[in-house]
Amino acid sequence: MTGPADPPADGLPDGSADGELGEQPGRAGAALDGDSGRVLARVLREHAGRLAASLISLLGDFSAAEDLVQDAVETALRRWPVEGIPERPQAWLYTVARRRGLDVLRRESNYRAKLAQLHWPEPQAADDRLRLIFTCCHPALAPQARIALTLRVVCGLSTGQIAAAFVVPETTVARRITRAKKKIGQAGIPYRVPAAEELPERLRSVLAVIYLLFNEGYLSSSPERAQARDLVDDAEWLAALLAGLAPAEPEVAGLLALIRLHRARGPARFDAEGRLVLLADQDRSRWDRHAIEQAVALLTRAARAHRRPGPYQLQAAIAACHAEAVSFEQTDWAQILVLYDMLAHLAPSPVTRLHRAIALRHVHGAAAALAEVDELERDLAGYALWHATRAELLRELGQAERARACDERALKLTTNPAQQALLVERLAWS
Amino acid sequence: MKYVLMFIETEQFAQQLEAMGELEQAQAYEAVGRWFADNAEVITHHTHLAPVHTATTMRLDGAEPVVTDGPFMEGKEVVSGFAEIEVADLDQALKVARSWPACPIVEIRPVS
Repeated sequence: MTGPADPPADGLPDGSADGELGEQPGRAGAALDGDSGRVLARVLREHAGRLAASLISLLGDFSAAEDLVQDAVETALRRWPVEGIPERPQAWLYTVARRRGLDVLRRESNYRAKLAQLHWPEPQAADDRLRLIFTCCHPALAPQARIALTLRVVCGLSTGQIAAAFVVPETTVARRITRAKKKIGQAGIPYRVPAAEELPERLRSVLAVIYLLFNEGYLSSSPERAQARDLVDDAEWLAALLAGLAPAEPEVAGLLALIRLHRARGPARFDAEGRLVLLADQDRSRWDRHAIEQAVALLTRAARAHRRPGPYQLQAAIAACHAEAVSFEQTDWAQILVLYDMLAHLAPSPVTRLHRAIALRHVHGAAAALAEVDELERDLAGYALWHATRAELLRELGQAERARACDERALKLTTNPAQQALLVERLAWS
Repeated sequence: MKYVLMFIETEQFAQQLEAMGELEQAQAYEAVGRWFADNAEVITHHTHLAPVHTATTMRLDGAEPVVTDGPFMEGKEVVSGFAEIEVADLDQALKVARSWPACPIVEIRPVS
């Protein structure tokens, strides 16, 4: 037990440290840097959820099991970057969690019986992790708590990493997680996949969490990074997991296709200096054609088999239209407009109407689009993209002064550095 | 686990109920009766409260107890009754609450 790949042999808190099982915010939040960090994130993503699921099954206590996993994960975050990643990282994590688990069980009268059952579980049925996701995304929990809890319990992120990703204080994340875990226990939120009749509604809540992760990762509001790649990885991973487990749900396939289509176009979205490149100016040879074909096939299969269109399938279909266009000029805007009409009908929102207006511009011209955009002022006056879109339309209609004012307003409203750079450039040219 | 379902009335709901014809009102009450019958197995206790204008509140945190007319919190949404149920978990409690046929809000709270 001396090599770098060994779990910590001792130095784990003794059985008297009851309080150790509480929140331990950010002990190693900053450790995920560089290549070793990337590997570590992937390993945790693959194994943290499985480990949590098996410990919850064993202990019958969500909160205690999750604390054990988090402790193991944070130990790994501290030690792996220094000592190297162990050969069998999942076994390493399990050993650490088990030692802490033994401390907990020793305090229980029936610990001997449970001790006998305590062994590294055989590869769990994927169902186990699905149960975990549904518990973390239960509608009885606050929406922000669902995201934090999913990232922490299913994906193995620390409170520090979650806080950094969503630009909120770490204490806020820790408080949300603590409150959510308490509620799971005290309010009797079950650890199971919902019954068939509840599934569609409950799935919506899970998909919403994954969609938010993807959005935050795709265009991060964090001023430090234009793209939070890890969150997109997590979102795709969760969507793929869900797609494998709920193959009869076309919206799951839709969300997975949507994420994969955006990722396939990812390499062309930023230039060498990290600046955002608009769709019209992107080098389409850098798009991953193979990934696009596969995502489109996935979407088409789901749509044909179930004929139940939903917001994620429609957004994926719109992304597919863009991805399949050979050039910006050959984009099938009429088709995109139809899809936006359907989307606005199924899931009406001002942001959807704004995007629809951009399609409208290419089908019916700038004046029609501007009229539509102006109607959204009350809802979107605080939204950078609303002002940036107005600027573009006004400029096209020859109203340079008003366009400039809109761009200036947009610049004040965005915190994304890549968007900011783009707007600064546009203001310099106009 | 035991949960209390608190049935919460809104002004709009009270008005709708009042505006109903006799037959409609009878049907509404019948639906509530049926709900209690359908869930009799899990309902351990239930009570309908008299209207909120009958409420009296006593505040004991001052030097002298203060008695005032009305509920402890003035609001357009008021608890009109409650049922205690015993089910396995929150999902089952939600399932019971989902089929509630009367007032539009149900708060579900575990009994600790």
